[in-house]
Amino acid sequence: MTLAARVSRIDLEKYGSLLALGGLFVLAAVIGWPYFLQIENLVNVMRQSSYTGIMALGMTFVIISGGIDLSVGAMAAFVASCGVLVMNYVMKAAGGAEVVPILLGIGVMVLLGLVCGALNGILVTKGKIVPFIVTLGTMSIFRYVSLQMANAGEFASHSQAFGELGMSKVISFDVAGSNVSLPTPVLALFLLAFVLSFVLNNTRYGRYLCAVGSNSRVALYSAVRVDRVRFWAYAIIGACIGLSAALLAARFNTVSTPNFGLGFELDAIAAVIIGGTAMTGGRGSVWGTVIGVFILQIIQNMLNMAGLSPYLQGVVKGIVIIASVYIQKQRQ
Amino acid sequence: MSETPGGDNGDIVLRAEGVNKDFGGVPVLKDIRLDVRRGEILGIIGENGAGKSTLMKIFSGIYPPSSGRIFVEGRETKIESAIDARRLGISLVPQEFNLIRDLPVYNNVFLGSELRTRLGFLDKEEMRRRTRALLADLSVSIDPEAKIEAMSAAEKQMVEICKALAFEARVIIMDEPTTMLTKYEIEILFNLVVKLRANGMTVIYISHKLKEVKALCDRVVVLRDGVIVLDSPTASVSVMEMAQRMVGRELSSIFPAKRVPDAEIVFEARGVTVPGVIDDVSFTLHRGEILGLAGLVGAGRTEVAETVLGLRRKTTGRFLRGGAPVSLEAPADAVRAGISYLSEDRQGAGIVTGFSVLKNITLVSLGRYCRSLFGLVDNTAERTKVQGYVDSFRIKTESLDKRLENLSGGNQQKVSLAKSIDTEPDILIVDEPTRGVDVQAKHEIYRFINDLVGKGISCILISSELEEIIGMCNRVAVMRDGKIVGTLEGADINEEEIMFYATGAREEAAS
Repeated sequence: MTLAARVSRIDLEKYGSLLALGGLFVLAAVIGWPYFLQIENLVNVMRQSSYTGIMALGMTFVIISGGIDLSVGAMAAFVASCGVLVMNYVMKAAGGAEVVPILLGIGVMVLLGLVCGALNGILVTKGKIVPFIVTLGTMSIFRYVSLQMANAGEFASHSQAFGELGMSKVISFDVAGSNVSLPTPVLALFLLAFVLSFVLNNTRYGRYLCAVGSNSRVALYSAVRVDRVRFWAYAIIGACIGLSAALLAARFNTVSTPNFGLGFELDAIAAVIIGGTAMTGGRGSVWGTVIGVFILQIIQNMLNMAGLSPYLQGVVKGIVIIASVYIQKQRQ
Repeated sequence: MSETPGGDNGDIVLRAEGVNKDFGGVPVLKDIRLDVRRGEILGIIGENGAGKSTLMKIFSGIYPPSSGRIFVEGRETKIESAIDARRLGISLVPQEFNLIRDLPVYNNVFLGSELRTRLGFLDKEEMRRRTRALLADLSVSIDPEAKIEAMSAAEKQMVEICKALAFEARVIIMDEPTTMLTKYEIEILFNLVVKLRANGMTVIYISHKLKEVKALCDRVVVLRDGVIVLDSPTASVSVMEMAQRMVGRELSSIFPAKRVPDAEIVFEARGVTVPGVIDDVSFTLHRGEILGLAGLVGAGRTEVAETVLGLRRKTTGRFLRGGAPVSLEAPADAVRAGISYLSEDRQGAGIVTGFSVLKNITLVSLGRYCRSLFGLVDNTAERTKVQGYVDSFRIKTESLDKRLENLSGGNQQKVSLAKSIDTEPDILIVDEPTRGVDVQAKHEIYRFINDLVGKGISCILISSELEEIIGMCNRVAVMRDGKIVGTLEGADINEEEIMFYATGAREEAAS
């Protein structure tokens, strides 16, 4: 606890999760020596973080608005299934050309995500049903519609290029003599985080989002269109889910409907909370969420290297989530 | 009854001797001496903040007195909790019902003092039986098994009274018992109160409605500024006299000189009705005018403001802005029409306590600081403007980024005021603008409002503080039961006139 005590003197509100990430990184480096620090491993950790990470970015907005979205993983499965189907169909019609069908497939996934998110948003704002219930319901609907469509099986993509896209790397540079290339999803995560962080901190929408989450009645009296602000939070997470689903589907080049995105909602929520966003809404940090997903992923990677069973890893993850919120509470 | 009277008349069940109460150094009750006799109906009246509720809370164990002594049945007693009071036979029937909607009547009656069997389980049979007996005593037909949620306000009140009677009450305090009742229900309540008196019970009846007090009570006590200014048998005092005693205070000169408004009408409401809330409300507002909306709590003043803001759906009537009809369906419409509102509920509807001074002040007007299509906020312009308010309003804060939860009530209120004028409105509705702020801040707020009016802004001032209404307004519309019952101008704007209309004493005098 001496660490926590010393740390509390710094601006923990801002840098708490970053410090935790740093500490964890050192710990992982020791436990997983020397493999953890290998570039390949680190890149892999980042890649694995990015799929839930992109969803968690959207979740940050939803939670700041005072809501929650449990339908994340199921929506990803539904959206990816539809996208792959469209892609395969168009490819067949186009006689084997791949570029247009792939772009179309990805477009369908992002747009359909936006539409599904908008559906949640409408039920929450116009239907005046609490977000927990709405998204619990749509979680079930999205998952079982996908299972029904695939007969509980999988939708394999017919495009080889799509799978290559999933494994692609974009930026490559040299660090200490070895070549580092960032996978596409990692780049997507960082770009999206940059954009959403900018929106949150520098635009009218971002300000309204915090106001609505902090006190929706004050926001209403202040002529903020509360319903519209909340609606867009759900639409935005929908689009994030679409993007993430596209990247994840490309990674496997198939969508296995029972497993695709399973449990992602919990990881996304956990990342947001670990990143310092208040569960009660009103304030939060997009970059904090990015740190949150890295923390979760590094823990998993570290425990893997320590040879802990996957089941016990889940236990540790749970403890970390509870502990991080407890520490945040103590600060206030 | 067996207690030694200690030199007191045995007929006195409850006595306050030199009771003082202050909150944080602000005196609310000053040297209260009051005898409550057995088997009387005692009316206690006074303006908001006169100390009625505080005195009753001392009697029912919710607050301890700062000094002074309380005697119950002639014996000095410290009433330390509501349960203590109940044990001593003093029960409070609160204005807001404390009933649990999902529980049946008998469970509510015994809530917190449930009867148990020898094994420690709830003795439902006995509770049901005793509740039935109590209800029968009051001759009300309520099923002890009925759930609260399905009940009318009057029935709920009967249950509250049952609750008060369940433990051999000597004194029942009723706080504004008729605010939620219909005329017919009020009659039932009055019969019940008379019946309680016949059974030797004492009823302390707190009310704003002077006619009711006159009709029902044996004795009336008037509180003003924490002092008893009248204690007399009801028979020998008129309603007019009661009203005069309730107010009748010198106006202090903390108000800036009133300005003369223009003849031009900037805003008008015509026959606006929101069912069950406000009824056929019409008024005009001139350029540079301060129009007061006076009335008792619950008269519908804030609801008028909320209707103008589009927060409540009107079924009939319309609003005119500068002579032309204007549609006000949402707060954004009101902002567009140049109307701004300062809420009475500062923390609940006025400011975001977790937001900084900066973000609060520009919350409504944020669009003015946005440059592009994407709503990019121009931070420099925003900070410059807000710094201007902090300087001119003398808002005490170390930085513009300080969260409002760390500011005092007066400074929060100034921020709230700055927020409502940053949209550069033509019409400003201020609702209890000085509630919970110190005298210094009060003066400043009055001056700001007066300065704004000098610049041609029109203002609707809603206030429960009569001094404020009288000291600030060019005209005053008085509301009662959702209606505007009178509009006063010039010399007619005085406490007596306003109270006559607000309490309904005017009708009494006329009839």
